[in-house]
Amino acid sequence: MSPWRRQGWLPLLALLLGAAGPRSGFETMTPELQAMQRDDAGNPGMLSVLEGEALFAREGCAACHAAAALRGVAARYPAHDAARGGPIDLAGRIAECREQRAGRPPLPRESQPMLALQSFVAHQSRGLPITPDPRLAEARAEGERLFRERRGQLNLSCAQCHETLAGGRLAGANIPEGHPNGYPLYRLEWQALGSLQRRLRGCFTGVRAEPLAPGSPAALALEAYLFGRAAGLPIETPAVRP
Amino acid sequence: MARTLIRVPATATRGEVIEIRTLIQHPMETGYRPDAAGRLLVRDIITRFTCHFDNRLVFEAMLHSAIAANPYLTFTLRAEASGVLAFAWDGDHDFRHVETRALTVT
Repeated sequence: MSPWRRQGWLPLLALLLGAAGPRSGFETMTPELQAMQRDDAGNPGMLSVLEGEALFAREGCAACHAAAALRGVAARYPAHDAARGGPIDLAGRIAECREQRAGRPPLPRESQPMLALQSFVAHQSRGLPITPDPRLAEARAEGERLFRERRGQLNLSCAQCHETLAGGRLAGANIPEGHPNGYPLYRLEWQALGSLQRRLRGCFTGVRAEPLAPGSPAALALEAYLFGRAAGLPIETPAVRP
Repeated sequence: MARTLIRVPATATRGEVIEIRTLIQHPMETGYRPDAAGRLLVRDIITRFTCHFDNRLVFEAMLHSAIAANPYLTFTLRAEASGVLAFAWDGDHDFRHVETRALTVT
């Protein structure tokens, strides 16, 4: 089979069908995994959403926030925070709300209850398109710089794989465009639900670079940029990924 | 307490083959993995799953170390009469979780 016949017509077809915008990692998964994500009784991420729902009621979040009012919130994050004068992500907002308004002890970012709360809140926006906060232009510019900066002992930038080589393969694995629209998501490799920060840490250590500290200005800037380039993609929380 | 997702059709016609799907939250720690300090993590898995229909065993599964976290089990059952399905997961460290679902056969 000629290389043209093997590879050439697929991007062309995608172009003809008008699929020129960002592509969610969902689309390059196997049909079996897609079915697993779609089926709410088979998607293991839904267990965390249920846990989050129970926590939301028990921890007093429900005293101020109605679950229905949370629809669309996750699609707007990271958002501009006036008090900080910069971006704040969903995990940061939940932590701040818990500690300052509800007076609860802080939860570590990657702890199970925090991920559960975050997945419950983000799940309320499932299917809604990501609409980046226009006030975060500065953070997004800084995030894009980080995205294109070569790093680590392998001297690779995010863009080299997730932009130039996206859609190709790294050994047996698909290289996705790297969109953050399904987080927190259930990754089969992790056998658990995990955050975007955890996924980024995996990529950073993969190129032997020092991971960005979760919640640091650099991490938030990168997150703001990732959500900016995924504008319009629907929130899939809880997504399933290999 | 573990969380579960169970899908049983609310109603079925007599003689219909229905599909039952179960998913339970469980780490399924294999007992072969070391922690960050190099010590083996103690095995913590579900070892047995049963489904009783009105106290009659209709499905049973033995689970072992190689099974992924949050085990998902699906099986079929011929619906002959209305009754109660009782699901039970048993595992290491006296883990036990029981759920029931009513099935109406018309």
